[in-house]
Amino acid sequence: MGHPMKIRAASKGGVTEVKVLMNHEMETGFRKDSSGNVVPAWFIAEVVAKLNGKEVMTAQWGPSVSKNPYLAFKIKGGKAGDKVAITWTDSKGDTRTDEATVS
Amino acid sequence: MLNQTSRRQLLKNGGLLGLIATFGAAIPRLAYAAWNKAAFEGKTLPDTYKAMGADGPKESGEVQLIASDIAENGAVVPLQCVSKLPNTTQIAFLVEKNPNMLAASFDIGPDMVADVTTRIKMGQTSNVIALVKADGKFYTATKEIKVTLGGCGG
Repeated sequence: MGHPMKIRAASKGGVTEVKVLMNHEMETGFRKDSSGNVVPAWFIAEVVAKLNGKEVMTAQWGPSVSKNPYLAFKIKGGKAGDKVAITWTDSKGDTRTDEATVS
Repeated sequence: MLNQTSRRQLLKNGGLLGLIATFGAAIPRLAYAAWNKAAFEGKTLPDTYKAMGADGPKESGEVQLIASDIAENGAVVPLQCVSKLPNTTQIAFLVEKNPNMLAASFDIGPDMVADVTTRIKMGQTSNVIALVKADGKFYTATKEIKVTLGGCGG
């Protein structure tokens, strides 16, 4: 299920810049806990970005993306009031979608 | 302290979350199947390139990898890649000395500007490569980033 993302989307000069801060542990699978057991990998594997319901970008991530991932990208077009939706799916099959309005 | 009302609310929300998780889990399995396992588990640069379909990528001045020279904290290394090549369809970040080189790959649709920023983990000082696919061909930009404190735990 995960925690909510923070999404900011602003349109300027015909380009919409989207900034996303996700909330995820992003365990690499290389780390050991205090008793020496390997902490299994657990990370966001796929991210999908949509503008007004239309897919504009998909991303595949490995576990070496930082904890609580930050992502910024630019969409051609887009105007104030448009909806940007971000969906992630992690390596356990958990998923979360959040939406923001372009300002 | 939880009072009676918030405890009720918590239980109610918990039930709802469970329900969403049950339904949610069935769908993303399909999306996750597209994940390029071979590329993410590649242990050498040629293996990773091969798994990504990138045969002998060329260094290009049209690809910019924007990052600081020194990363004080290897757990959070900001990287930005801007491609000026026409028809850019993919941008990927690779770290040569990480256990698995490929960190992230972005499929850029026609509605996108080829400009992506994210933050990655680096175990040690290494060359970082921005790999770009444009018009079906692969191009790279390389930059060495010095890491003061490794970010892969231990």
